[in-house]
Amino acid sequence: MDFIIPAILTIATAATPLIFAAIGELIVEKSGTLNLGVEGMMIMGAMAGFATAIATNSVILAMLAAMFAGAFMALVFGFLTLTLLANQVATGLAITIFGLGLSALIGHSYVGITFDGLSKGIPLLQEIPLIGQLLFGHDIMVYMSFGLVFLSYIFLTKTKAGLILRAVGTNHDAAHSLGYSVIKIRYMAVIFGGAMAGLGGAYLSIAYTPMWMEGMTSGRGWIALALVVFATWKPWRALVGAYIFGGITIIQLNIQGFGVNIPAQYLSMLPYLATILVLVIISRDKILVKMNAPACLGKAFHPNS
Amino acid sequence: MGNISKIITSVIAVAVIAVGGYIYSNVSAIAGEVAAKDFKVGFVYIGPPGDHGWTYQHDQGRIAVEKALGVKTSFVENISEGPDAQRVINQLAASGHNMIFSTSFGYMNPTLKAAKRNKNVMFEHATGYKQAENVATYSARFYEGRYVAGHIAGKMTKTNVIGYIGSFPIPEVIRGINAAYLGAKKVNPDIKIKIIWVNSWFDPGKESDAAKTLIDQGADIIMQHTDSPAPVQVAEKRGVFAIGQASDMSSFGPKSHLTSIVDNWAPYYISRVKAGMDGTWQGGGDTWGGFASGMVEMSSYNDAMPQDVQDLATSIRKGITDGSIHPFAGPIINQAGEVIVKAGDKPEDAMLAGMNFYVQGIDGQIPK
Repeated sequence: MDFIIPAILTIATAATPLIFAAIGELIVEKSGTLNLGVEGMMIMGAMAGFATAIATNSVILAMLAAMFAGAFMALVFGFLTLTLLANQVATGLAITIFGLGLSALIGHSYVGITFDGLSKGIPLLQEIPLIGQLLFGHDIMVYMSFGLVFLSYIFLTKTKAGLILRAVGTNHDAAHSLGYSVIKIRYMAVIFGGAMAGLGGAYLSIAYTPMWMEGMTSGRGWIALALVVFATWKPWRALVGAYIFGGITIIQLNIQGFGVNIPAQYLSMLPYLATILVLVIISRDKILVKMNAPACLGKAFHPNS
Repeated sequence: MGNISKIITSVIAVAVIAVGGYIYSNVSAIAGEVAAKDFKVGFVYIGPPGDHGWTYQHDQGRIAVEKALGVKTSFVENISEGPDAQRVINQLAASGHNMIFSTSFGYMNPTLKAAKRNKNVMFEHATGYKQAENVATYSARFYEGRYVAGHIAGKMTKTNVIGYIGSFPIPEVIRGINAAYLGAKKVNPDIKIKIIWVNSWFDPGKESDAAKTLIDQGADIIMQHTDSPAPVQVAEKRGVFAIGQASDMSSFGPKSHLTSIVDNWAPYYISRVKAGMDGTWQGGGDTWGGFASGMVEMSSYNDAMPQDVQDLATSIRKGITDGSIHPFAGPIINQAGEVIVKAGDKPEDAMLAGMNFYVQGIDGQIPK
């Protein structure tokens, strides 16, 4: 049974990039904006984070650069959809394609190099038998992801700013008539979402697999988007969902390693099947949808209309 | 007076145009002659040359052709297998390329179609099985390298477990697994091989998860048939050994990287382009080269390998090169106990090309 604790540690690394990206997108969607550009923002974060880590040898600067890169992409999205009122779905897709291409172009000279990556584990504490590795054997960003979930929960439910954000997402006309600047609030949410997606991407390039490769996010941005719906826009559920998504991947790899003959494709499908199932269930229950889904999701807002 | 100046102006204008046109036509005539002397070679890539794997190695071959023969080459990268490929190959043929290399399996039908339309262009398609009058195919016997790698793994392991990361269960990959296992078994009768399929050619995250899982389950040598160096990197972090794929991955694991099985297309590309220039090129054939033709190579061995292991690897490679050793020399028995190749026999290429069974001793089943 020696493999169980390492397997759990691996699940944490698989789940962490999803948590960052999903929580970021959750806040964006709570403000009533749908940004499908998560994949593009993540890969830009991965690129910027890796390049900065190589140049400065500082993971803190790398994380900041990744957040900046993600936020920059989000700002482009925000300008197009919030100021110019472009279609959010089309713009989000464009941001994804743009990010994948731009990161490949900028990252050309970074292919084939590597560095040590984030260090793992808290000294001394991780030596505690049984729970030491489990609780204290992770890298710093895993703890940050838990902190982010907690803070976003507090923000959305316990603070005035969070309630305003939700009001903007639920009924932007009402929020506008109360004197809140819908566009400004949505800009802030979109930029925050971009920064978090960038951070999630950086986790891939500085902790998960410390290297840069074109297209290295491999669709994780899309999983994060699915995760937001799966979580019915609640941070805690996003956390659980990310661990389920990551866990299924790692468990199916473990099962294969033991030579059990379950077709891996079915297990790979499971997270998506679960998302579809959750979608069907929440769409059937009208009250639940009203409680959770931001009513203005994806709708453009014009102050004069 | 006004009329005269108008006439003079127009005469000058006509003169300028005429002289300009004369110069221009001369320049273009010179350019035409130079182009006729030149031999143009086009390459179609599935990925970016910077993938540090499959496409990177093809691009190295292209650069070698340019250096060795001084011909003009051009390449088009990131071409998906389908209508795009058709368009790009046609365009290369139409823009005066004498020879075109299409370097992915899925370019097979687009290449054949383009060949039908452009009878005077020579086509070379990698890893396909359909040829035509002006289409030749080529691939490499990577399993020869994997057999050597298997010997190294069998010698270097302490836990007697090899972890193997597979992409898709196609004959190419299954052949590699069998070759690695047979090689390891030769030097280590207790060897076990654990196989994890990641259902992708390129997903650094998933490949690294698979490597971690294999290490957690006791493997201390990681082999891979996927394209990213992530597994080598994981091995380095966890203090176990790894064997790379497609190109030299030692920079990702200075301590862990024992060797890589390297695709070397340069000798083949140079000989084919040369034949094309001489007029001795022929289509319709298939080339499946290994160590002997230089298409497959091993990158330099890590110092962590004791001298006797390095010597063993060198001698196996030499044996395969001179034909005295064949990785799939009989007896080859499948998991069901059926004899596929009789003792003393050498396998047929057709059987190797379509291999869809694990040899006896490998646990688990090929995913259907």
